[in-house]
Amino acid sequence: MSIGNTISNTTAPAADAGLTIAGKTYRSRLLVGSGKYKDLDETRAATVASGAEIITVAIRRVNIGQDPNAPSLLDAVPPSEFTILPNTAGCYNAEDAIYTLQLARELLGGHKLVKLEVLGDEKSLFPNMPETLKAAERLVKDGFDVMVYCSDDPIQARMLEDLGVAAVMPLASLIGSGMGILNPWNLSLIIERAKVPVLVDAGVGTASDAAIAMELGCDGVLMNSAIAGAREPVRMARAMKLAVEAGREAFLAGRMPRRFMAHPSSPMAGRVA
Amino acid sequence: MQIELNGAPHQLAAGCTTLAQLIAALDLAGKAVAVAVNREVVPSQRWDTHTLAERDRVDVVRAIGGG
Repeated sequence: MSIGNTISNTTAPAADAGLTIAGKTYRSRLLVGSGKYKDLDETRAATVASGAEIITVAIRRVNIGQDPNAPSLLDAVPPSEFTILPNTAGCYNAEDAIYTLQLARELLGGHKLVKLEVLGDEKSLFPNMPETLKAAERLVKDGFDVMVYCSDDPIQARMLEDLGVAAVMPLASLIGSGMGILNPWNLSLIIERAKVPVLVDAGVGTASDAAIAMELGCDGVLMNSAIAGAREPVRMARAMKLAVEAGREAFLAGRMPRRFMAHPSSPMAGRVA
Repeated sequence: MQIELNGAPHQLAAGCTTLAQLIAALDLAGKAVAVAVNREVVPSQRWDTHTLAERDRVDVVRAIGGG
């Protein structure tokens, strides 16, 4: 076979099919939070630079008496441009989380894709899994598509999946810690068995963390502090976009095996040595 | 009439009896907010007809930045 034939037989790699959550497919596998930015301009600029289509928001009481015409978050990142994912940040029991999401659904005109997080502890912000499961069950029954922040316990993840959640989102490390993926083995266990999308949520600190998550086979990554807390958030948002894409491509390409002994890349035959 | 609004006592002005009137009085008409009374969400289509009662606990919420 001539070299020309060999080259023309090479086929282009199939494009990534995209991330499908609750029946809708997104091009971007990077999801971002909207907190901790210095102002709404930075929030928008970083979000746009990240290429994210899904952005989480918190639901909070209005400050009575504050200027009602001050620009608001949804003016900067409007639902017409992004998929807004309301969260239950700050909820420590199932009742509060369910109530928060009922309000969110009304606020967003019936939109039912939501993020559930039920915290167990103020210092660690680790999820309270029994309350999370309780809330998830009620929310699914009430017609919500629930993406669930959870521990990296593969049994808890499977129990959530059995309840009919739209995605499981194990933490890589503590919220806002930037410590990266502390237990890739648990994450792999979850990914191996999951029939719903698995997204790393919490703990990503820099681009390589996001790439590693994708290389492990995650369907997506959700992050907030890693971008907002960087010295240059817009630049880091760009880095994260590239990292998630790179990690996904590497995963699809199928990495070389790790080996204990060296294997030379150049042939031995014909050396002048 | 006194209600609890976003966790604090709130005296309703005379003639302010419905949720719609309360929202308007707070300058929030047409703004992106959701409302619940005694932990039950009241959709905006019902604000006009929902009458407030003494000691009702009203939550008015919006979306803000969060992770």
